[in-house]
Amino acid sequence: MLAFIAKRTLSVIPVIVVVSIVVFLLLRLSPGDPAVIIAGDNADAATIERIRSALGLGQPLVTQFFIWAGSLLQGDLGISIFSNIPVTDLILQRIEPTASLALTTLVFAILIAVPLGTIAGATAGSWLDRSLMLVSVLGFSIPVFVLGYCLIYFFSLQLRVLPVQGFSSIREGVGPFLSSIALPTMTLGLAYLVLIARITRASVLEMMGEDFIRTARAKGVKERVVVTRHALRNSAIPILTVIGIGVALLISGVVVIETVFNIPGVGRLVVDAILKRDYPVIQGVILLFSGIYVLVNLAIDIGYAFLDPRVRY
Amino acid sequence: MLMKMPPPVIEVQDLAISLPGGGDRGFAVDHVSFSVAAGEIVCVVGESGSGKSVTAQSIMGLLPKVFPKPAGRILFEGKDITAATPSEMRDLRGRGIGMIFQEPMTALNPVQAVGKQIDEVLRTHLSLSRTERFARVIAAMTEVRLPDPEGMYHAFPHQLSGGQRQRVLIAAALILQPRLLIADEPTTALDVTTQAQILSQIRDLQRERGMGVLFITHDIGVVREIADRVVVMKAGKVVEHGPTVQVLDAPTSDYTRMLIASVPTLEPKRSGHVVNGDVAVKVDTLTKTYHSGGIFRDRRTVHALQGASLSVRRGETLGIIGESGSGKSTLARCITQLIEPSSGSVTLAAAKNGRAFRQRIQMVFQDPYRSLNPRRTVGQSIIEGPMNFGQSKAEALERARELMKLVGLEPHAVDRFPHQFSGGQRQRISIARALAMEPDILVADEAVSALDVSVQAQVLRLIDDIQKRFDLAILFITHDLRVAAQICDRLIVMHRGEVVEQGPVSSIFAAPVHQYTRELLASIPGRAEHMVPA
Repeated sequence: MLAFIAKRTLSVIPVIVVVSIVVFLLLRLSPGDPAVIIAGDNADAATIERIRSALGLGQPLVTQFFIWAGSLLQGDLGISIFSNIPVTDLILQRIEPTASLALTTLVFAILIAVPLGTIAGATAGSWLDRSLMLVSVLGFSIPVFVLGYCLIYFFSLQLRVLPVQGFSSIREGVGPFLSSIALPTMTLGLAYLVLIARITRASVLEMMGEDFIRTARAKGVKERVVVTRHALRNSAIPILTVIGIGVALLISGVVVIETVFNIPGVGRLVVDAILKRDYPVIQGVILLFSGIYVLVNLAIDIGYAFLDPRVRY
Repeated sequence: MLMKMPPPVIEVQDLAISLPGGGDRGFAVDHVSFSVAAGEIVCVVGESGSGKSVTAQSIMGLLPKVFPKPAGRILFEGKDITAATPSEMRDLRGRGIGMIFQEPMTALNPVQAVGKQIDEVLRTHLSLSRTERFARVIAAMTEVRLPDPEGMYHAFPHQLSGGQRQRVLIAAALILQPRLLIADEPTTALDVTTQAQILSQIRDLQRERGMGVLFITHDIGVVREIADRVVVMKAGKVVEHGPTVQVLDAPTSDYTRMLIASVPTLEPKRSGHVVNGDVAVKVDTLTKTYHSGGIFRDRRTVHALQGASLSVRRGETLGIIGESGSGKSTLARCITQLIEPSSGSVTLAAAKNGRAFRQRIQMVFQDPYRSLNPRRTVGQSIIEGPMNFGQSKAEALERARELMKLVGLEPHAVDRFPHQFSGGQRQRISIARALAMEPDILVADEAVSALDVSVQAQVLRLIDDIQKRFDLAILFITHDLRVAAQICDRLIVMHRGEVVEQGPVSSIFAAPVHQYTRELLASIPGRAEHMVPA
């Protein structure tokens, strides 16, 4: 098992390398002199020259990459053009709201989607099943920002129970934290929720037709236990897979949601950076997001081996 | 004073289950009555679609939802259970009635340890401590003679053989000492030698405990082996019932007579058949070795095939006999180049007018339900091969119609889809598809194994007929020695990737040399009359 985990972990390295090459080329291949871009509009010739030599721009591209990757390994993502703050620090300042939002969304979506999908799958054709299918079509088709403004209108402006925007850290109390993050979570989580629910339903429904379900019933096992212990347990792999794929959905959603709800997170950071062409920040955030995506999928790969004894390692 | 007879363990009275949605008949089970007393084994025998499994499922209260509620009465130890509440039925299942199924491969939950799956019966019905339950599971596993029960408790289904899995299911079904065991084709998916062991085990446990057994099967040989009484079903109706000897040796209904007559005998049919065609295919020391593993794992090597040599002449049928894992399908696939052999050679006779390998050697596969593309008409499936080799569509379609007629189907049925045909018809289509390439050599991999005996007999006749008509060399792979006796001239017996014996059918049957061949012959159910000399 340890060997399996080690092997899986090592297999991540080439992916990370490819990602960092792409991110590296982002700046080098964009039109114009990278040093001029990084130095910003008001820089003098001396500053540009200093940046040029720091980045090793006079040297071959491969050498430049190794210089860049070397500093990357030391946690140095470069310095923001506009704020002159190291990108690592910028990200660290902004990570908490984003991480909070991602986690609450994950929990919200999974906790609702898996039970709902399971019940729908076990009672395929029932009113609950049909309404879930209807809602899932809606959930997929409403753009995140439309849904966000609808929820704001309803919960904040009409009912006045939740704040319109902003973020309150969990360190300032659980109550304010939850009320500030409730709307962003629901908005971001709906598409994710219906995605997981649909896969859960399909998978459980398929499992309900398997021979071992009949065996369990023949043993006199209660239907509820048949569904959870046998059907749902065997559906774990597709469910886990879609949770992993959905993380990509989550990442792109975060960027939009933070803008809609005015949350000072990494998503907002990258939107601002793109508008200002702050390349080091863009590079840093892309690396962060792709790193998270790769790690989540690594965890899921390893999870397979725990969930299904037939996965060979 | 009169002694009151105990009621039968199960008594089915006038059971009727209507068939949902416009089937070819009104009832899946058409007013069926029979009973099973304590200490007897009653076989319900019939072909697919006879309603025998539906009957068994309705006794368990496990009818699929598409069926309406059954009419009639089902008495368990004298008490009508058709009106029982769901919770009463749950209590009865596992505790009063145990059930085992046809497919031990899929009847166990693949992600749960097998010991836990036996334990689930105890957890569901009794409140015992963990250690008590563990002890009882181990005892049950020991009773069905599973090796190393403590170790196997934690094993997962995929790590067990088919026979071991069926034993796990038997242990789970019998752990609470039910008064009735329902066995729905429990040995159909198993090898003959394993089948023989499982049958004797069911018989032994039944005698020890004096329980009633309702045994569903399509195999007359199995009936002869195990049953005290027989119920013969056809199209939802009971056509005949009575003691085994009476029903099998003096059947009163035509259907039973037909069923018994369709069972192939072990009499080699081709003893007088002279083969003098040219050698069509010659196979020389073919091997196939699989490697698995890598840098982080021990390398594992599986010798699936260890040097098989054979040759087949035109007009000759060579049978390849063996159980699952013997390498017979690997051999067939290496010969047809569907998988690449590790070493050895396959030589076809010199080709006339440069025909390609694929045109000259064709296969018919085991599962007629899955070997035809469900989204293409059978005509499209038949003409695909010839069109690949340049025949025009009109020409190929014309030929497809001829072939459909040849295999005994309507020529215009080329426009229909596979699901509109029965299993036997689909296998005829698969044969037509193979013949469309005008092959010299036909490889039939368990081509009749999934079929009912009466259909099996027809398909065997068809294969026999097309061989004569096209002077085909046939490689016939089967696990069924009765079938082999019908159609083969010579046999190759395979065991663990090796050819252990070969020769004419009659001499192998009369005087098997290898120990394994003897075992195989002795395991054929219902052949007490043909004792194999030790």
